[in-house]
Order: sequence, then structure tokens, then C-alpha cells
Amino acid sequence: MKERAQKGTLRKVLRYIRRYWFFVALSVALAGVTVAGTLYIPILTGDAVDLIVSPGRVDFSGIFSLLLRAGVVAGLAAAAQWVMNLCNNHVTYQVVRDVRNAAFAKLQGLPLSYMDSHPTGEVVSRVIADVDQFADGLLMGFTQLFTGAITILGTLLFMLSVNGAITLVVVLITPVSLLVAAFIAKRTYAMFHLQSRVRGEQTGFVEEMIEGQRVVQAFGQEKAAQQKFDRLNEQLRACSLRAIFFSSITNPSTRFVNSLVYTGVGIAGALSVIGGRLTVGQLSCFLSYANQYTKPFNEISGVVTELQNALACAGRVFALIEEKPQAPDPVNARTLQEADGLVQAEHVDFSYRRGQRLIEDFNLRVAPGQRVALVGPTGCGKTTVINLLMRFYDVDAGSISVDREDIRMLTRKSLRRNFGMVLQDTWLKRGTVLENICYGRPEASREEAVAAAKACHAHSFIMRLPKGYDTVIGGDAEGLSQGQKQLLCIARVMLCLPPMLILDEATSSIDTRTEVRIQRAFQKLMQGRTSFIVAHRLSTIRDADVILVMRDGRIMEQGRHEELLLKGGFYAELYNSQFAVSYSKRT
Amino acid sequence: MKRLLQYLTEYKKECVLGPLFKLLEASFELMVPLVMAAVIDRGIQNRDQGYIVYMCLVLVGLGVVGLACSITAQYFAAKASVGFAAKVRRALFGHIQSLGFTQLDQVGASTLITRMTSDLNQVQNGMNLTLRLLLRSPFVVFGAMAMAFTIDWQAALVFAVAIPLLAAVVFGVMLWTMPRYKQVQVGLDKVLGAARENLSGVRVVRAFGREEAETEAFQRDNNALTRLQVFVGRVSGLMNPVTYILINLATLVLVWAGGLRVEAGAITQGGVVALLNYMAQILVELVKLANLIINIAKALACANRVADVMDIEPGMSESPGGAGGKAPAAGGLSVEFQDVGLTYRGAGAESLSGISFSAKPGETVGVIGGTGAGKSSLVNLIPRFYDCTQGRVLVDGQDVKDWPLAGLRAQVGVVPQKAQLFSGTVRENLLWGNGGAIDQELWQALEAAQAKDFVERKPGGLDEPVAQGGRNFSGGQRQRLTIARALVRRPRALLLDDSASALDFATDARLRQAIRALPYGPTVFIVSQRASSIRYADTIVVLDDGRAVGVGTHEELLEACGVYREICESQMEKGRDGQ
Repeated sequence: MKERAQKGTLRKVLRYIRRYWFFVALSVALAGVTVAGTLYIPILTGDAVDLIVSPGRVDFSGIFSLLLRAGVVAGLAAAAQWVMNLCNNHVTYQVVRDVRNAAFAKLQGLPLSYMDSHPTGEVVSRVIADVDQFADGLLMGFTQLFTGAITILGTLLFMLSVNGAITLVVVLITPVSLLVAAFIAKRTYAMFHLQSRVRGEQTGFVEEMIEGQRVVQAFGQEKAAQQKFDRLNEQLRACSLRAIFFSSITNPSTRFVNSLVYTGVGIAGALSVIGGRLTVGQLSCFLSYANQYTKPFNEISGVVTELQNALACAGRVFALIEEKPQAPDPVNARTLQEADGLVQAEHVDFSYRRGQRLIEDFNLRVAPGQRVALVGPTGCGKTTVINLLMRFYDVDAGSISVDREDIRMLTRKSLRRNFGMVLQDTWLKRGTVLENICYGRPEASREEAVAAAKACHAHSFIMRLPKGYDTVIGGDAEGLSQGQKQLLCIARVMLCLPPMLILDEATSSIDTRTEVRIQRAFQKLMQGRTSFIVAHRLSTIRDADVILVMRDGRIMEQGRHEELLLKGGFYAELYNSQFAVSYSKRT
Repeated sequence: MKRLLQYLTEYKKECVLGPLFKLLEASFELMVPLVMAAVIDRGIQNRDQGYIVYMCLVLVGLGVVGLACSITAQYFAAKASVGFAAKVRRALFGHIQSLGFTQLDQVGASTLITRMTSDLNQVQNGMNLTLRLLLRSPFVVFGAMAMAFTIDWQAALVFAVAIPLLAAVVFGVMLWTMPRYKQVQVGLDKVLGAARENLSGVRVVRAFGREEAETEAFQRDNNALTRLQVFVGRVSGLMNPVTYILINLATLVLVWAGGLRVEAGAITQGGVVALLNYMAQILVELVKLANLIINIAKALACANRVADVMDIEPGMSESPGGAGGKAPAAGGLSVEFQDVGLTYRGAGAESLSGISFSAKPGETVGVIGGTGAGKSSLVNLIPRFYDCTQGRVLVDGQDVKDWPLAGLRAQVGVVPQKAQLFSGTVRENLLWGNGGAIDQELWQALEAAQAKDFVERKPGGLDEPVAQGGRNFSGGQRQRLTIARALVRRPRALLLDDSASALDFATDARLRQAIRALPYGPTVFIVSQRASSIRYADTIVVLDDGRAVGVGTHEELLEACGVYREICESQMEKGRDGQ
């Protein structure tokens, strides 16, 4: 099962690499050249050493021609290696780029439910870290595996061509180092696993304590925190020591096995030389082979884990890329021009999770220019209505229409362009203030942007920023207060002047004096525009043409303020509770 | 740096013995080519099989001793580096616990977390590598060179030329690429930031229909990053081939020089083979050394960052003559501000200035004003989270600076703006307020905080698990739990810093009513944006840009304070005629 999944992932990876097949093929060929050169040179120098016997028995012209040949081979191999490196780099980085671009473009077309159910950090790490890891691991892993295999094969062939008996010695002893490495790896795996678990636990604790440091201090919990930390820290120290020490035995051990190989070659070689089956030069060549032959063996176990890790990363990336996109706009979808703002909901059913009904048979008619206030306790699902209006989510049954047209028959883009939205969390883009105001209408002139800022009383604070409208604000908009950020969000909508508005508790954290001004600006903005307001403010609620009273995700009541009060239902209770307190205090 | 090294003193022995055993191992390794040369020159030349076998046993012996030394060295290195890191981590955590709010503001939580985790891991790895390899590689390089010189100094001159040349290439490429890799990192951060930004603003992006533009912008950044990576890769890809050529050329020259020296009768054939072996050893070590230096440089950078955090002074001093053993009395605390001013460190302007008012035990004080007016700053002075830079804050008639810090904070229940819970259970979170509270007291606190209903409905009740950051509770529930946590300690002063913002007005109103009815009568400070929340406070402090523009009751302020009137008109005017 897992094997099959890995194979599937591999096929998908190959699809991305196929575009660069020429470079991959070239790289493989060059790897062959490099290895051949690397293996050939010791033979040449070995032969040269044989020409140096004793004083008077040194064949300089022979040595020279051998060395010349070796020099040319070295040059060729180096050139091949460089071009191979370039090819590998090219393929790796281009594949990373392609996959990353594909993943990001994919994100833009995923349904909101995906974003809502996956933490941002996790998705980001798929697009960035996982892509990096898989490209690095996969391509480097492949080339290492490939050159390793060629080296082993080539060395064997070369050795066999020189002397079979000594080759046998090398072949027999070398696997011992593999066994040793595998044995240690197996034993230490559990230790590393434990280490990463304890480390994860400690990291989690540290994050929590440091992020909540003020609370820790306010409640005088420093000592308790330190004690718990010490306990985790000591645990981590103990299991880290074990893991690090036992894994660090690998190197000396394999080195020891290598030295055994070396010694074996030395004995067998020297005896063969005496027996006349080998020359001294060939012996020195064998000695250097003995080193080269064992190296790829030592690396292979590392390469295999790296490859597995890379495949796991690739699997995560492709899971994202293959995620089911939102249903595309129908072919005959209409573009909604400047809407009049007649919004109707008919028999709407909706739920986030199957089987857990939230909204059932919801009906609503909002005439152009009317105001709808969404009211209810915290977490009552007011944002659900916004999700449906903007088609961030689609209804399960029934329909929502704008200007008598089912919104599913409109292009998403044109539908959303008709809504101006100010959400509770103030998202601004990294860029200048001006760019942020013009986000919805990049073609707007500076004058228009300034006018929009003035209309919502943002102009004066913007002018106080270091560079005015050209001040760069970060993603977290450091240096701006929450209220100021919200003003910019409002200015952003102000510039577009869409025919319908959605205001989600937008004014709740703006300071009260600014809020007054914003309210006035909104009054102007809402003039003649259908508006949906998630409201906490009485005046907004009382002025609304329709109040939707929500609780636990359901729409409990709907109607005008007076009607609902008369009805004496949940709304009346909600409304009166505020004033009940006032009376009790007064009297 | 020195500050960190002091944590190494306990591991002095390991720090000396580790490298020492490593050097021993390296010395044995250096003897191998000599033994092999002897095999060739004496064993083979004299056809002495016994000698050959004997020398090979010597080789095995060298290997065994080397293995033992090496494992010992690894143990000491691991023990010292892991122990050192654990000690530093412990000290760092303790240090962070001692930092005042001012320092925490300056450094920031995410920075501190990185220092505690990934930076310290890097330091540990760097330490381990340093102990194991930093002495070994140069030792082998120079040892092999020295051995070569003992064989024949004239032939060994090739080493004297080749090694510096190789070193120049290796370190030259490193020096060139390192700053560029930093640039690559910047590019990567940019791409990462773009992805994160896009995801967190996905609704806005789609509302404005900017998906294509976002994709284009991302691809622009991403392609720029790729170009930079390819460019850097082109140069760093040169390193291997160039060193390869140099190494082989040096070997060839060595063979030639060996030939000349043998011809001159200075050395033997075995000597030439030994020289070649030394050359091979040096190459291996040089490559290792280059990697090692990169890693150590990284670890040093991390160590410096950690040391910077350690160097931050805690900043909050307790006066030694403080009224230490003051018995906790019952009832509310009186609080008085006398001409208080506060300027945050590093800030140019004052955040609070000239604030004077007083609250009698059991009274309710409302603090209202715009964002950034200084509301939170004002209440933060009461438990002495910050020290005022002007005037005095008196609690129970005594300057807060004369209170023992822990004693002062134990009297105060704080509900911060950000509702922060900790992983564990509801009970564990509530017990932060008072470790000795019994369940009945916890339920009482929950009831007053309007949290009893939903905790009761949870399957685990008080033992309901709380995920990290309280993610499994809604914003409003988190706020109510943090209020309950503060109430569990039956505080003599309760500070509610805009802690009802996520509550609807019905719940908010019930909450205020319950707090007013608390039997132990704490002095309550309510910070709010909503006029309705503070309207019936005994004293209302109206803040505007760090100044108290009005102090008094609702009625008084309506008369006398323009700012307050403006706030109320915008929020309450229509509510009132609904009565």
C-alpha cells in the first residue's frame, strides 16, 4: 500500500522532471565520464609508480607519457563534473520553481473550505519547505545513488581486470561495514525517535510559556514553569546524549572496517607481488581503490533515508496540487455588471460538515438599498452568511440570487466585485499604503486613492506616516494600530464603491472617536447600497431594514427591530438583557 | 560569548579529553602509510612473508586502538556538547522568566522561541563538531605534511605548494558563496512571506478578484529566487571540479618528483607510494575542514544570538527594604495614581502623562478611550508590569515599587486583552490563579465569569483538555475562562483589560453584574471601548492620547468632558431612548 503510494508519487515527480530530460540524460552520461576518469587515474599513476624501481631504473619518458595521459583524463573528468553540477542545479531549481508555481496557482483555485481546515503554517510549509526538500533530496539522492552504483561497478571491473584474488578480498570484507552501519542505525533509530519526541514536547512547552510569558508572570508561575522545564530538559539531555553518542559510533566503526579492507588488500597484495602476480604500482592502485570502493557503501544508507524523506515531502506537495479545486464557473456563466442589489435567498440549506445541519430552509428578500443587520451571540455563525453571499462556500440546497440571477450562474469574479467587504481581521498586503488602498482597483489614480482615504478619515493619519502614501507597511503592518489598519481596509473598499456591502464587525476595535467618523462615512457609503452588517452597535441594528437573529449557526428570527421586540423571542431577550442591568443598578 | 562559555566549566575534563583522544586516533591513522611503505620496501623487496603478515597485524592493531580512541572521543564530545546545551537552555529559560514586560516587548516572543530551540540545537551540534573535528583536521593535514617531509623533504615540497593552493580555492569559493547564500535565504523568505500573506488574506484576495495578480506576483518572486540560486550554484559547482584538478595535478607532479628522487637514490619506491597516500589523506581532510568551518560559523552566529538574549538585563528591581511579610488582608485594595507618566523604552513620546486619580477599596474604575490612548498601559502599572517613569502608583497606600513583586501580583487578578490559555485541562488552567483552590471554588469562579454553562456541557467538565493556546475553545469562551482564572485567586484588585470584547452585550452585562456581586469585594478596573461597559463605574477615567481628559462619574463627565460625550453619543444615544 505504502509502496504503491510511493511509486505513484515517483511517477508524478518524473512528470515534472520529464521536461528537463535532456539535462537529466546529460547529467547521467557525465556522471559516467567522471567516475570512469576517477577510476582510471589511479591505474595510470600505479603504472607510473611501477616505472620507478630504483636508481638508474626509472623510465622517465614512460612516466611522462602516462602522467600526460592522466592529466588529460583529470581535465576531462573535472570538466564533466562541472557540467554535471550545472545540469543538476538547473534541473533541481527549475523543478522547484515549476512545482512551487503550480502549487501556488493551485491555492488560488482551492475552495475556502480547504484553507479553513488547514492551518496556514502547514500549507505554507508544503509550498516552501517540502518542495525544497523533495527537489534537493530526490535529485541529489538520485545522482548520488547513480554515481555510487557506477563507482562500485566500475571499481569492481577495474579491480577484476587487474587481479581477481585481491578483488575477492575487497568484495568479501566491504559488506561488513554496511552491516555495522545498518546495525547501529537500527539501534539508534528508536533513540532518535525518542529524542525528537521529547524535543517536540519541550519546544511546545517553550512556545507556550514564552508566548504567554506575561500571563505566567502575572500569575507568578515562573517557578512552576522552570521546574517543568527542568524536568523536560533533563529528559532531553539524557536521551540526546544516548542518541548522539550511539549514532556517532557509526563513523569510527565503518572507518575501522575500511582499515580492515585496506589491511586485507595490503596483505594479499604484498604476497601477490612476491608471487609475481602483481606489481607494486598495481598494489598502490588497489589501495586507493579499496578506499573508493567502500565510500559509496557508507553513503548509500544515508541516501536511502534521504530519498524516502524526499518522497514523503513530494507526497505532501502533490496531495496539495491534486486537491479537488472549487467547481469551475459554468461555461455559460454570466458576468454580473453593476448590480441593483436585490438579494434573495430561497430555501437555503447549508452545513460545513455533512450531517450537521446548520442552516435549513432559510429565506430572505433584500430590496436594493436595504440594510441587513446580523445579530447574535459570539460564535453564532454570522460569518456563515457572508461565506454564502460571497460564494466562499456554496449552498447545499436552495439558491441565493442577486438581481434574480442564481449566484452560481454568475462568474465568481463578477459576483465578488459587486460586494465591498470589510472583515474583522484586517489583512493588508506588504507594500505601500497607496498600493493597499488601490488593491481592488490597481488602475486607480493617486488622486482617487487620496479621495477615498479622505472620505473615510484615513488621510490625516496616513499623512503623519514617515512617507505618507508611499510608506511601506509590512504584512503585520507593524507601526499601525488596529484602528488604522481597519481604516485602510475601509479606504480599500471606498475606492471601489461596489453596489453591495458586507461589513463584518469592522468597527469593533476602532477607537470610539474614529468610529464616529467612520460611521458617518459608512452612512454615506451605504446610501442606496444593499448592505449586510455584522453588528454589535445598537444604532446600526435599529436602523436596519431586516435583522437576522442568529444563534448556534441557525437563523432564529428575522424582521425589523420593533417587530422582533413585540414578538418577545430570542431577540427581545438579547436586547433587554443589556438594559435590565441598567435598571437594576439605577433603582 | 564568555557568558555562555561559563556553562562549559563543568565539562572541562571532557573538553580536553575529547579532542585529545581524537588526536591520538589521528596519529595512529598517520602511521598507516608508513607501515605500508615498510611492507613494500622491506617485505616485498626482501620477499619476507613473515614481515608482511607482522606489519599487517600492526595495521590491524593500529585500527583497533584508533577505534577505541575514537569512540572514547565521541563519548566525551557528546557528553560535553549535550550537557552544555542543556545547561545553557535551562539558564536561558530561567533568564526569560526573569525578564520584565519591557524587555519582552523589545525582543518579541518568536525571537525568544527561536533562540531557545533551533539556535541552541545549532550550538549543540557546532560544539559537538568542534570538539571532535576542529583540532583533528588541521592536525591530519599538517601531520601528513610533516610525515611527507620526513620521508623526503624535496619531494614533499609539492605538498607545500599544493595545500595552500587547495585551501585558497576551497575557502575562496566559500567566501564568495556564503554572502550570496544569505541573499538566497532572503529571497526564500520573501517567497515564503508571500505565500503566508496570501493564505492569511485569502478572503480579501478573492473578494477583490486578485487571484491572477497574486499568482503573477508570486511567480515573479519565485523566478527571481530561482535565477539567483542558479547563479550561485554555477560558482559553487566549480569547487569540486577545480579541487579535483588540483589534487590530480599535485599527484602527478608528486609521481614525477618521486621518480626524480628515486633516480637520485634519495627514496625508495615504497616511499613514493607513502607520499601518494599522504596526499590522499590530506585531500579528504581539507574537504571535511571546509564543511566544518561552515557549520562552526553557523553555530557561532547562533551562539552569539543566544548570548545577546542572556545579556539583556531583567530591568525590574525589587527594593530590598520592601514590606516583605505583609499579611494578605481581605477586601479590596485602594489604588492611587499620583501624577503618573510612562515612557516605554525606545519610544520617543510619552504613552501616559500626568495621570492622577484614586479608587477606594471595592470601587469600580472604568477606563475608556481610543485605541492607543494608553488604557492598557494604565492598568499594567498596578501589578507593576512596567515601572512608571514619572510620579507614583500607590496600592494599599504603598508605592508599588516598595511592594515585594510576587506579593503585589498575588493580590491582583489580571485578565489580559489577549485571552491566553495553556495546554492541560480546564482545571489546571484555573489553578494558575490559586494552586490550592478546591473544585467548588473553581465552579464559583466559572459561574461568575459566565463560563459555567459551557464548561458543564463539555464532556470532561473541569478535566476537559485544553489544546495549546486554547484553540479548542471559541474566542468568547477563552475570554471567560481567563476571567475565571483571575477570579479563582479571589483577587483584591481585578483588572479587566478589554476582556469582554468577544462577548455579546447580554453576556457582557451578566458578567459585569456578577463581578459587582462578588462577596470579597475587589477593586475592579474595567478597560473598554464600550461606554455601556463602564457607564456605572464609580470613577471613569477618560484617556485621550495618554492624558486623562476627564475623571468622574458618568453624569459628571457628560457635563464636563467633551470627549466622553462624543463617545457616549455615538454609542448610547439611541439605546437610551429605547428604555
